[in-house]
Amino acid sequence: MSQSFDDISAQLKRRHRKSARLKWISMGALGLAGLFLVLFFADMLVKGLPAFKQAQIQVQVDYSEQASQLPLAAVNEDVRSLVSRGYLRLIPGRMEDNPDLLGTTRLEWVLADGQVDQYLKGHHSKLKASEQAVVDRLVEQGRAELRFNTTFFTRGDSKMPELTGIASAAMGTLLTLLVTLAVAFPIGVMTAVYLEEFAPDNRFTQAIEININNLAAIPSILFGLLGLAIFINFFGVPRSSPLVGGLTLALMTLPVIIIATRTALRSVPESIRHAAFGVGCSRWQVVRDHVLPLALPGIMTGSIIGLAQAMGETAPLIIVGMVAFIPDVTTSFTEAATVLPAQIFTWAGEPDRAFIEKTSGGILVLLTVLITLNATAVVLRKKFERRW
Amino acid sequence: MNMQVAERSSAPMSAQHRSGQDGPGQQNREQQRGQPVTRNDDAHHELSIRVRDLNLWYGQSQALKGIDIDVFQKNVTALIGPSGCGKSTFLRCLNRMNDLIPNVRIEGLVEMDGRDVNAVKMDEVALRRRVGMVFQKPNPFPKSIYENVAYAPRMHDLVGRKSDQDELVERALRDAGLWEEVKDKLHQPGTSLSGGQQQRLCIARAIAVQPDVILMDEPTSALDPISTATIEDLMDKLKQQFTIITVTHNMQQAARVADYTAFFHLGEIIEYNDTKTMFSNPHTKKTEDYITGRYG
Amino acid sequence: MQTNQILAMFGGALLLLGLIAFFLGRAKASRVRAGGTAMQAQPDQYAWFAVLSTAGPALVLSAVGGFTLLLLGAEIPTLYLLVGSLLVACLGLAVGVLMVRPDFHARQAIERVIRFVLAGAALISIFTTLGILVSIIGEALRFFQMQNFWDFITGTTWNPGASFLEAAGRAEEGASAAQFGSVPLFAGTFMITAVAMLVAIPIGLLAAIYMAEFAPTRVRTVAKPVLEVLAGIPTVVYGFFAAITVAPIIVSVAGFFGLEASFNNALAPGIVMGIMIIPFISSLSDDVITSVPDSMRQGSLALGMTKGETIRDVVIPAALPGIISASLLAVSRALGETMIVVMAAGMRPNLTANPLEDMTTVTVRIVAALTGDQEFASAETLSAFALGLVLFVVTLSLNLVSVIMIRRFREKYRVNNL
Repeated sequence: MSQSFDDISAQLKRRHRKSARLKWISMGALGLAGLFLVLFFADMLVKGLPAFKQAQIQVQVDYSEQASQLPLAAVNEDVRSLVSRGYLRLIPGRMEDNPDLLGTTRLEWVLADGQVDQYLKGHHSKLKASEQAVVDRLVEQGRAELRFNTTFFTRGDSKMPELTGIASAAMGTLLTLLVTLAVAFPIGVMTAVYLEEFAPDNRFTQAIEININNLAAIPSILFGLLGLAIFINFFGVPRSSPLVGGLTLALMTLPVIIIATRTALRSVPESIRHAAFGVGCSRWQVVRDHVLPLALPGIMTGSIIGLAQAMGETAPLIIVGMVAFIPDVTTSFTEAATVLPAQIFTWAGEPDRAFIEKTSGGILVLLTVLITLNATAVVLRKKFERRW
Repeated sequence: MNMQVAERSSAPMSAQHRSGQDGPGQQNREQQRGQPVTRNDDAHHELSIRVRDLNLWYGQSQALKGIDIDVFQKNVTALIGPSGCGKSTFLRCLNRMNDLIPNVRIEGLVEMDGRDVNAVKMDEVALRRRVGMVFQKPNPFPKSIYENVAYAPRMHDLVGRKSDQDELVERALRDAGLWEEVKDKLHQPGTSLSGGQQQRLCIARAIAVQPDVILMDEPTSALDPISTATIEDLMDKLKQQFTIITVTHNMQQAARVADYTAFFHLGEIIEYNDTKTMFSNPHTKKTEDYITGRYG
Repeated sequence: MQTNQILAMFGGALLLLGLIAFFLGRAKASRVRAGGTAMQAQPDQYAWFAVLSTAGPALVLSAVGGFTLLLLGAEIPTLYLLVGSLLVACLGLAVGVLMVRPDFHARQAIERVIRFVLAGAALISIFTTLGILVSIIGEALRFFQMQNFWDFITGTTWNPGASFLEAAGRAEEGASAAQFGSVPLFAGTFMITAVAMLVAIPIGLLAAIYMAEFAPTRVRTVAKPVLEVLAGIPTVVYGFFAAITVAPIIVSVAGFFGLEASFNNALAPGIVMGIMIIPFISSLSDDVITSVPDSMRQGSLALGMTKGETIRDVVIPAALPGIISASLLAVSRALGETMIVVMAAGMRPNLTANPLEDMTTVTVRIVAALTGDQEFASAETLSAFALGLVLFVVTLSLNLVSVIMIRRFREKYRVNNL
């Protein structure tokens, strides 16, 4: 005769405890992963949000004859070291553009030096005690404050932290991704259509399939080596250009788009194809008029995700030279450019502490764009998802 | 014979009455609840599982309606009926496998060994230890044949030494009629066996933990006729030791192996009866229509 | 003439010819059909065929011409090429219009071309792999002509410092000869990968177990995409995080225990890389665990096993090939990861088992070799390709093994969504 329920339950106590332990530990693991994410974002926000504010001070700007020769003379000596030098350098140019300014003296809000910025944000700064006293006085008088940092969005790279911005990198990213999309999207979709709808199931097709899966898992830096050896050294595409960067990223994004497109094509039910064949469509007509339109949302989703991946990629672009110092926004596909992640990488290497803030600020911008892209993909998928 | 039932007849009265045609009188209707209409004199009649007024809902739709049944020990009890009639659902109430499905609500009494199976205090793991189950499709673990059988007894501390374990595995495999076929390849994966052998392996696995009751959910529906016959023989043998409750939609099978048969229809038990009587002289019109193949 | 202008002229002329072909072809086909003759295809299809026969050969010719010009440096004046291509286009136009005959299968011809073009696109992925292979192997061979292969594989000193002098033919002037022993680089790579796996595999696998087996649906639908966010963060961002935030923490924690840690210690990039890889492992394992048939779980539960025992002894063993496959892919990813180690790991080749010391990795040296001001033909630059070759071979093998494992899992349980 077998044991009674009570006997068995007594034996089970230990085993139930073990089972519960597994549950809690695994829950803890998930929580830990979530905690990392929270800590990471908190850290980036704390470090990066100040980058969107920039110290400005109100000073008398004297647009004298002398200032057009020697910009330093435009501001009073006691605050001279507190004003951004990059800003002062622009004064002669502005006077040329606007001759009316000559001879006038105006009270203006001007960009403060990076050290003043750090001081006002409560970070360590290299200001002397006397300078700190001046800044403190200015703050009391309401003549120094942190304002929204437009420079960060309108200017390119600079060696002076208060004058750096992401504009040239953003333009570079845009150009590079345009090349990537123009190359990877058509080729990716065509490959997927061929493999799913046309290709016979033979060795050749299987080889392509295995190859695509492998490409998707090859370290990205190797694509950089390919870009360097083939595109730059062999074909002579200009180094550091959005063209070579875009082509390199296109080869990387290709497998992502192919795999996503194939999944989308596969989810179109066979019955649709049969119906179209049934009314006398040729294979190409079936694909063009029936299968592709139905698969389009899936293809778009996959492509957006692929682009987002390409957008965050740095290693292969470093190899093809896209870490250049680009102070001005250029719109050429063949001139040297940089991209957002590469800009972040460059800034991260700057010794000046103020650049930590700029780096984190750049990261926040990049993450915002990436999250927006991915969210768009998710929304697209949700909206057009169809259950057959 | 009816003692146990009489003692424990405190279950709520709200259940609708079975439509037994030779209408027992009002006074012994309570005694008659859950009892087969006629007795099988060859069968044992110690109570194993007592079910009273069992109702089950999947979300909004009711799948079981006022089930009353007494299942006797060391018998084969077959549950028959058209598909979707709730017989598998009912079977899974007996070892609380329905707990795994979200949105299931169960009311009523399922009693075993004097305990309410659905009580909060009841440990469903302990219950399943005493009420084993064999599934429609054979589902051996991704382990060796030996491990498939030895795994559960070892976890339940039924065996101490390695030699005990070997002995237990051999006995279970012998009882399941599989020993001769697998004794030379005990360490090959369980999935390498044929479908019928896999199902007998699953039976061996179930009997190795020495349960009181074995539930079989259409154990032969995925098998060929020869394997089916083997398993039917096996059931006949196993009822010496175990109470077997089997779901089948094959009426010949029920007629061949079962001592008692219950006919389910739309979530109710229409008739519960001695198998011979059920098939030769059904007491309700619906049962007759079903077993003569008018619907189902 | 400028290349741009020539391209524009060519494109414009081709477009014009194409339009002419389209309308001529359609007009002719419509006329024939209006004459009451039954045709094999629609007028539009004839028109498209005419366009194809005009543009296709001309494009092929100009592309081939352009390539020979660019690659072989052959002296074909671009103007000749332009005129030649346009002549071919005109010829194609004539043929295309002539082919508008009732018995000609214009549609089938178009479809053959389309099929051909699609297959051509599919070949590009093969060419990419070949391109990687050829470029890496080619340059790596040049490296091995300069340096001994065996020293590269077994040498324990990586000191490329003096190689540019050798390249300049002034080897004698260098203080010491350059050495390219890659063992310290691989040791560093494996150390950081090991740290990453120690973080990623337990956390990823347990999180997957929780999501697949325990979590209520609501938690699951939130947790999965949130974890995916971790995978979507660019590696350069992780690198910054590792260098600026995690490394100082590790240094101070180590200091608390009286240990000395470098700011470029191997632990910081390893841990951060592990965090990055968590979603990779968890999402693949989750897919594998959820595709273990439910009958397995029921079989075990029906024997009186607890849920934990069922997971540990039945579900996980059944899912093991898939989990191993996910882990192998993760290892391959960690080995090839670049930005995190470039930013947070050291530059000094260091053969040590202490993760608190700074060490460098294969990818760091690849980047360092290719971003310096070295002559491309110098041994240091070429060493990047030799390292790349090893990286390629290792990751490729890991990927292949992983694919084989997942295929075995798929065949065993006939799961099609993996």
